[in-house]
Amino acid sequence: MAEFTLPKNSKIGVGKTYKAPAGAKRVKEFKIYRWNPDDGKNPSMDTYEVDLDACGPMVLDAIIKIKNEIDSSLTFRRSCREGICGSCAMNIDGTNTLACLKPIDDVKGAVAINPLPHMPVVKDLVPDLTQAYAQYRSIEPWLQSDTPAPPDGERLQSKEERAELDGLWECIMCFCCSTSCPSYWWNGDRYLGPAVLMAAYRWIADSRDERTGQRLDALEDPFKLYRCHTIMNCTQTCPKGLNPAKAIGKVKQLMLERQG
Amino acid sequence: MKDVREALMVGRNSQGKLVRRPISPHLQVYKPQMSSVSSIFHRITGVALGLGTLLLTLWLVCAASGDGAFSIIQAFLSSWIGLIILFGFTAALFYHFCNGIRHLAWDAGKGFELPAMHNSGRIVFAATAILTVGFWAVGLYIW
Repeated sequence: MAEFTLPKNSKIGVGKTYKAPAGAKRVKEFKIYRWNPDDGKNPSMDTYEVDLDACGPMVLDAIIKIKNEIDSSLTFRRSCREGICGSCAMNIDGTNTLACLKPIDDVKGAVAINPLPHMPVVKDLVPDLTQAYAQYRSIEPWLQSDTPAPPDGERLQSKEERAELDGLWECIMCFCCSTSCPSYWWNGDRYLGPAVLMAAYRWIADSRDERTGQRLDALEDPFKLYRCHTIMNCTQTCPKGLNPAKAIGKVKQLMLERQG
Repeated sequence: MKDVREALMVGRNSQGKLVRRPISPHLQVYKPQMSSVSSIFHRITGVALGLGTLLLTLWLVCAASGDGAFSIIQAFLSSWIGLIILFGFTAALFYHFCNGIRHLAWDAGKGFELPAMHNSGRIVFAATAILTVGFWAVGLYIW
C-alpha cells in the first residue's frame, strides 16, 4: 500500500557534524543517512566535511575516505569501484546511482546520500535486498530448454539473435531502478519491479531458451507485470544506461501478441 | 492482505535482540524529474476528470430538471469559482489527452529512449498550455 510519509521510527533527525581539518581549501559537505540497530535511536543525517584536494573524484572515494579517516562506523557496501559489481548502489543527490560512477563534481552544494529508497535498512547505507533477490529467483533466471545441447559444442545463435540480448545482459542487479520506481515502493510485495522484469525479458528474448510461453504465463498477473505504469524513473536512473522500461514494454507487447 | 515485506522490517542488533528497522526515505528524498512528474500529473488529472465528469452530469441533470435548477448551476459555473473549476477541468482534459497519446506510443513500443521521453514530456506540457489557453480564448470570446 502507498504510504507517502515515513513511519515514526523512520523519521530522520539531525546528526553530528564532522568539521574539515584546519587548512583544507576545497571543502565539500557530505550529508549521510545513519542508522545504527544498536543505539535504539531514529535515523539521522550526519554531516562530514571532506577536503576534495585530498580525495579521489568519485562519491565512493569520498565515503571510503570518511570511513578510513573520519568515522570508521560508517557502513556501506562496495567492492569493485568500477561499476560492474553493483554493490555501492545508493541514493545520491536525490537519484539512485552507483557511488563509484558518480563524480563528486556533478553535485552542486552538499552531497546528500541515502540508502536505496523505500527499503528496510540493515545499517546506515545498507538496505535489505532479500525481497528483490527472492523476486529475481522467482523468474528462474537461467537457460531452460528441452532440446539437449549439441554434444560437440555450445548452443549457437545467429548474430541477430545475439543482438537481441544487448542492453539486457549488461544489467548488474544493483536495484537502482527498482528502488527508484514509485510503483515498486507502493506495491513491491507483489510487483516484480524493473530490474527483475528486465531480467525476465532477457530470458524471454533469448533464442536458445524454450520456455518463453511459461515465462510469459508466470508474468501474466495484474501485479507482477502490470503495476508498471511506464513512469520511466527506472530508465532515467540506470547507472549502466540500460532501459528497463523498454524491456517491460516489450513483455507487455508479447502478452498482447500471443492473445492473437 | 498483509504486505510480505513486513517480515523484513524486523532485524537483529549486535546482541541478537530483535529490533524494528526503519524504512529508507523515498518521496522525501527522490528528486522530481520529467519521468515521475509527467506520470503523477497523469494520475492527478485522471482523478480530476472523474470529478469533472460528475460535475458535467450534475449540469445535465439540472438542465433536464427545469429552469430553476438550471439557472442555479449556470450561476455557479459562471461565477469566479465555477470558472476556475472549469478551467482546471479543461486543463486536466487536455493534459490527460496529450499524455494519453504518449502512453499509446509507449504501448506501441515507441519513445522509450531517454531523449524521446524528455522531449515528448515537454511537448505534452506545452501542448496542454497552448490547448487550454486557446480553448478559453475562443470560449470567452464567444461567450
